Amino acid sequence: MTGRLKIVAVVGALGALLPSLASAAEEATDLVVVADTRVLKGFSLYLANLYNENVWMFAIWAVVLTALLGGFLGLTMDAIMSRVGLNLSEGGGHVEH
Amino acid sequence: MEWMYMHMPIAGVDVFWPGLLLIGYSVGVIGGFFGMGGAWMVTPGLNILGFPMAFAIGTDIAHVAGKSMISTMRHSKFGNVDYKLGFIMIIGTVFGIELGARLVMALERIGQVGPVVRWTYVVFLALISLMVFYDYSKAVRSKKKSDVPSHTGATGGVNWAPTLHKIRIPPMVHFKVAGLYCSMWLPVLVSFLTGVLAGFLGIGGGLLRMPSLVYFVGVPTHVAVGTDLFEVMFSGLYGAFTYSLKGRIEIVAVFVMLCGAAIGAQIGTVATKYTKGYGIRLLFGCAVVACMISIILKQYGFTASATVIILGAITAICIYIMNIMFRGAAQELREKRANSLANVA
Repeated sequence: MTGRLKIVAVVGALGALLPSLASAAEEATDLVVVADTRVLKGFSLYLANLYNENVWMFAIWAVVLTALLGGFLGLTMDAIMSRVGLNLSEGGGHVEH
Repeated sequence: MEWMYMHMPIAGVDVFWPGLLLIGYSVGVIGGFFGMGGAWMVTPGLNILGFPMAFAIGTDIAHVAGKSMISTMRHSKFGNVDYKLGFIMIIGTVFGIELGARLVMALERIGQVGPVVRWTYVVFLALISLMVFYDYSKAVRSKKKSDVPSHTGATGGVNWAPTLHKIRIPPMVHFKVAGLYCSMWLPVLVSFLTGVLAGFLGIGGGLLRMPSLVYFVGVPTHVAVGTDLFEVMFSGLYGAFTYSLKGRIEIVAVFVMLCGAAIGAQIGTVATKYTKGYGIRLLFGCAVVACMISIILKQYGFTASATVIILGAITAICIYIMNIMFRGAAQELREKRANSLANVA
């Protein structure tokens, strides 16, 4: 009986706590972070300014540049390896996820 | 030593950039060698290096996108991608990633993102290491029995696909490359659930998506691998986009890691040509355990020990794999040269 009472008490306490947690979460908004451009130069400065001024453009650039750099580096390394004489298609046969 | 640190303008922290390069490189080597992306070590690694957790997740997911570009291109050449299945799964993946990212932001608002993500990682890595050690012990046992290594592959387990195919919620779709006819909602649900995990942990999700496609959807293993890679690319790109919009990404750190990963991936992939046997899986299991221990140490405030363990473990494994690669490659090049000389003579 005491055990059941304890469970009821814990569930009751949680029930009382949940609405306050939920309302606290509703009241809070996302923490907006501004890029600190004071010590930056060149390309980093450009990206940080873009982030501060137009976050949508920054997001598009982030996706495009990541895809381009990933593709470029992969193709370049493949070309280097085949020039060295190591053919990757003869590899162990497993593929990276 | 100031030059060894790079300022991350959005996160507002100075990060040890050789550490970033080392993490990227190690993920490339280890991922290329073991056939897993290795993103599971990037989020904890970045967090240990000083990135706030939400930034570590956002930066990791963008890095996954860059790394998966080339693997997808390579695999699509072999015709192993079911594009119809892949495009349908994008629906679930996008919603899943978004939900995962929103969960991270909600946890950040209440100041709990660090501990919750860390403990989720501990559980996730514990499961991976258990899987690896179980697989190893099974292989050793079967070798002892028959003296022939077992290669049962993914088809050896319980297959839920025929049962799940009985669910006929319209629209029913025929996937030609995968050779399937099932409800569209089945792959969408699989991609949604793996997407949530990917968005929440900052990983590609292939570790779960690929077996789910095989066991729950019934996709042949080679098509599941190719289609999964296609999905990893989209989940990474969408993850990069949504985390950029939420201001939780450090794009320069992504570029630094990608440079390391591009070199590392070649070394890891080439090294697979020169090694055989299951013993190497133990090494992978140890890497996962080391990563898990460092996360627990970080959670309890032992940041220096956590850094030493994670960077030390991945460096040791990289050196080991590089040793295999350079010895094997030197031998192969010697043989090729000798053969061409013999042909000329």
